[in-house]
Amino acid sequence: MKKIEAIIKPFKLDDVKDRLREIGISGMTVYEVKGFGRTGGKTEVYRGSSYVVDFVPKVRVEIVVQDTVVTEVVTAIITAAKTGTIGDGKVFVTPVDEAIRIRTGERGEEAV
Amino acid sequence: MRILGSRQRAMTIASLLFALLSIAGAATALADTPAAPPDLAARVADLEAYVTNGAPKALITPGPGHNAWMMTSTALVLFMTLPGLFLFYGGLVRRKNILSVAAQCFGCAGLVTFLWWAFGYSLVFAGGSPVLGGFKFAFLNGVTSMPNADYAAWVSQNVFSMYQLMFAIITPALIVGAIAERMKYSAMMAFIAVWMLVVYFPLAHMVWGVDGMMNGVWNAKAAIKSIDFAGGTVVHMSSGWSALVLCLILGKRSGFGKRVFAPHSLVLTMIGTGMLWVGWYGFNAGSAVASDGIAANAFTTTTLATGMAACVWPLLEWITRGKPTVLGFCSGAVGGLVVITPGAGFVTPSSAILIGILAGLVPFLACTKMKAFFNYDDALDTFGVHGVGGTMGALLTGFLANPEVNANLNTNLAGVVGKTLWLEQLKAMGLTVVMSVAATTVIALAIKATFGLRPSVEAEEEGLDQTDHGEAGYHPEEGGAHGSYVGEMAPSMAQVTSAQSAERA
Repeated sequence: MKKIEAIIKPFKLDDVKDRLREIGISGMTVYEVKGFGRTGGKTEVYRGSSYVVDFVPKVRVEIVVQDTVVTEVVTAIITAAKTGTIGDGKVFVTPVDEAIRIRTGERGEEAV
Repeated sequence: MRILGSRQRAMTIASLLFALLSIAGAATALADTPAAPPDLAARVADLEAYVTNGAPKALITPGPGHNAWMMTSTALVLFMTLPGLFLFYGGLVRRKNILSVAAQCFGCAGLVTFLWWAFGYSLVFAGGSPVLGGFKFAFLNGVTSMPNADYAAWVSQNVFSMYQLMFAIITPALIVGAIAERMKYSAMMAFIAVWMLVVYFPLAHMVWGVDGMMNGVWNAKAAIKSIDFAGGTVVHMSSGWSALVLCLILGKRSGFGKRVFAPHSLVLTMIGTGMLWVGWYGFNAGSAVASDGIAANAFTTTTLATGMAACVWPLLEWITRGKPTVLGFCSGAVGGLVVITPGAGFVTPSSAILIGILAGLVPFLACTKMKAFFNYDDALDTFGVHGVGGTMGALLTGFLANPEVNANLNTNLAGVVGKTLWLEQLKAMGLTVVMSVAATTVIALAIKATFGLRPSVEAEEEGLDQTDHGEAGYHPEEGGAHGSYVGEMAPSMAQVTSAQSAERA
């Protein structure tokens, strides 16, 4: 099993979700997050005071999948989330040791 | 002509006799009443006096039209503070301090109402010395629904008193903007109680009291023949200059100049600005104390100046920084309202346009350039808008006041208006600044030396909503923050903490 975490632009969330549904992904967890990367922050001016807001809003999508579909899922996310401009985000893939469905007690790839 | 028969002639004579007897009877009845009513001409003259807002001779009564407008204006001016000014300021502070602004505005309303009833109204509007009124109207004694002809022959004096109370409430509430987010609530309330007594009541009496030394329009013996229609000196200069001194003595907010102090909701600020503009019609047009031609002119000039300033400020931002901001629109509108205030009932609509342009320009420079240059923490720009704007408005009124707009300028100021009025304005402005600065310095230092002006740094960082009021303006989670119920009225935080630890044990 692998956990796929994608940090994407908030307005791309619907595209990513629809694309993942199309390829048969049945669940995901979504976080509203803030952060900065190469884009940096944005400047706001209030009367005489200027502030750089370091952290810009992003959405983090988290999915745990069987090893066999990892490539397909990652490709789907990248295609759906890409705009080609700075700040499109990143995808991370990490191994997952165990998964348990609380209701039934199923374990491993059956549970994801 | 037909000759009448003898029978007809007799009947005519009889009816004439009856008519004569009736008139005689009526005359006797008239002679029996204790005081003869004024003749028709006098009664018509009094009615005309009512329509033209003149002085009546015999008809001493509140005018329904006058009272209707003044009660409306009173409510409008209250609306400026609650919730207009609260929303305008509240949106500009950080989330953790919004309720402290509400409490400060509401606190002004409560405290000043009490002071006004006890002796404030009397010290301002009862005759006394050129500097301070007497105690004739203390506890609103004798302030009834009958008019007080010293100020308004057709307005109930109790309505007039409530109207002026709303000015006394908003003036200290304006100071809140400079000291926001970092003054102890107890210190703020103590400051305002003393400040009203030594600055506002004397100043308002000098400018508007019947024997006040700066009441150039109505007091022939005024030492300084200055004019102030709706409170350029009394309201905006006094609060603005006091705010500057108080924020300097208080010091900067913890983290000022290092962290982000962005407004938490410009939406609230925008709503508050709209309420201020609407309420200001009561403030300026209401200051005619009648719905007459002077009020109509004040209504017009207020609109024109505010509209201009509300566009000039963001236009300057657009030119200098590339974007017109909503805070710029709001600041410009308030700037325009402030600067037109002293002249609203004295200047022409064309002058109002000029005043509006300057009101967008000068406070803009004060808030962006001057504040940055001197590096003081006037948190929400009370001085930049009200101090600078009020000062400029008072001076501009000296140059632009026009007797064609307001014939009252011909009574005691015929030789001054259009000539040396601006010098008289300068004297009044100087006295206002000296009083405000001196009194604020003494009061603030006295509080600082005794029970302190500021909360602890920890309390300031946590936010005054929690530390001064034990509340939160916003809860992120539905139904309040995570926690547990600890009783109906937890008397103190100490007990809450011990109750919680007992539960855990």
